[in-house]
Amino acid sequence: MLDVGLGSALLNPISYLLTPSPMIEVKGLNKSFGEHHVLKNIDAQFHKGQVNIIIGQSGSGKTVLTKCMVGLFEVDSGTIEYDGRDFASMSFNEKKSIRQDIGMLFQGGALFDSMTVEDNIMFPLSMFTGQNLKARRERAQFCLERVNLSDAGKLFPSELSGGMKKRVAIARAISMRPKYLFCDEPNSGLDPKTGLVIDQLIQEITEEYEITTIVITHDMNSVIEIGENIQFIYEGEKWWEGSKEEILTTENQEVVDFVYASKFMKKVRADLAK
Amino acid sequence: MANFSRNYMGIFIHIGRYVLWMGRVFRRPEKWSIYRQRIFEEVQNIGYDSIGLVAIVSTFMGAVLTIQLAYNITSPLIPVYTVGLGVRDSLILEFSPTIISIILAGKVGSSIAGEIGTMRVTDQIDALDIMGVNSTNFLVGPKMIAAIICNPFIVIISIALGIFGGYMAGMLTGEVSGSDFIYGIQYWFQPFYIAYALMKTVVFAAIITTVPAYFGYHASGGALEVGRASTVSVVYSIVIVLTFNLILTQMLLQ
Repeated sequence: MLDVGLGSALLNPISYLLTPSPMIEVKGLNKSFGEHHVLKNIDAQFHKGQVNIIIGQSGSGKTVLTKCMVGLFEVDSGTIEYDGRDFASMSFNEKKSIRQDIGMLFQGGALFDSMTVEDNIMFPLSMFTGQNLKARRERAQFCLERVNLSDAGKLFPSELSGGMKKRVAIARAISMRPKYLFCDEPNSGLDPKTGLVIDQLIQEITEEYEITTIVITHDMNSVIEIGENIQFIYEGEKWWEGSKEEILTTENQEVVDFVYASKFMKKVRADLAK
Repeated sequence: MANFSRNYMGIFIHIGRYVLWMGRVFRRPEKWSIYRQRIFEEVQNIGYDSIGLVAIVSTFMGAVLTIQLAYNITSPLIPVYTVGLGVRDSLILEFSPTIISIILAGKVGSSIAGEIGTMRVTDQIDALDIMGVNSTNFLVGPKMIAAIICNPFIVIISIALGIFGGYMAGMLTGEVSGSDFIYGIQYWFQPFYIAYALMKTVVFAAIITTVPAYFGYHASGGALEVGRASTVSVVYSIVIVLTFNLILTQMLLQ
């Protein structure tokens, strides 16, 4: 079942026409591990300059979908188009050029333990640009300032707090000026206030650099705070799609069960209905 | 029976995956300057940092060999300098290349499996892949090259210190005089034995770096699995080193 919550947009053609063209488009994506069919015929569009959110319960296939999209898993069938270029069918070397346009923020940061914060941020620049050390240092410092960590350059990842690690990971992800930013559970393990700082940073960077950002989360605070285009994955299927306003008012039972899972949220829903 | 066949199939699956994975190690690096820098770092980690352990083990190994040989040669028909000859050939042919490689499989191998396994479970390898870096080549290639460069030197140091240990042991215990020992180590010397030892060492160096790296690279889960991968990798490395020791000995000393 696929409930595309764009009914209101279809009723409002002006708003529909103003919707940005998709930068990343997934069509008919299937992925299995042995007998276990994890992703079932997923179709999804992720827009430029927007924070696109993928939500769903644990084990629903969100992370597998993302790993397929960034090329960490080979897909069984279907296409993943980055600006019209089919990533899934590309060779290793062809994928490389697109990968250099991708930034990824991992759940734990995935910073290289053996390098300082500055070296972590300079790493992709050293690997893929011909910039000299001075230019790389300046770019790293700029990225650190952008995430409000200008004095952390000489520290090692083990000396950073969870929130700082996430911010450094964002700095590393944007160092190559990516066109596409993937964030896997960006505020997991963080207190709500720090989580909000990370969410806002992701939103600001998305707008500032016109990036296509995809955030995987099951944190409803993030969804409401920064979600613009929300895709709900349920048991490996794309179940629902809509805006943050629509997700609060949808009647789709699976989405309602997910969003209003706690007693408190059920009470909020009842109050909203009144 | 089912368990038996499953275990054997598992070994074949590992061999197939290892061969395919090694194909990625031999691809062209993204940036030579960084690759070269990483080789120097690994020369420090794998080679230089192992010299202390190798020196201690080799000196004692040579000393024990001398005492045991002297103790076992009781016939007056066998000259005393045979002890020096026996110590020299034992060290060159077997103890230094094979035993030192097995010791390094434990020291260096567990460290490689732990390092790469931790990188795997903390998504650092995924981060490299997403950036467009060939993570296998970037992480494993420099370690293998560093070991291939360093281990022959380490083995030569081991042979020298083993002979020195034997000389000292002979002198201090009074079992073999210094002149007899020195005559023995010069007697009927075959230069090919050194070449044979170094050839074995190069093959063992590739094994003790790439096998643990393979197990670390394919680790999944958490700290427990990384620890298990580290242990399994050392066991496999030692068994493979011993197997290749047999094959190379048969091939080279025909």
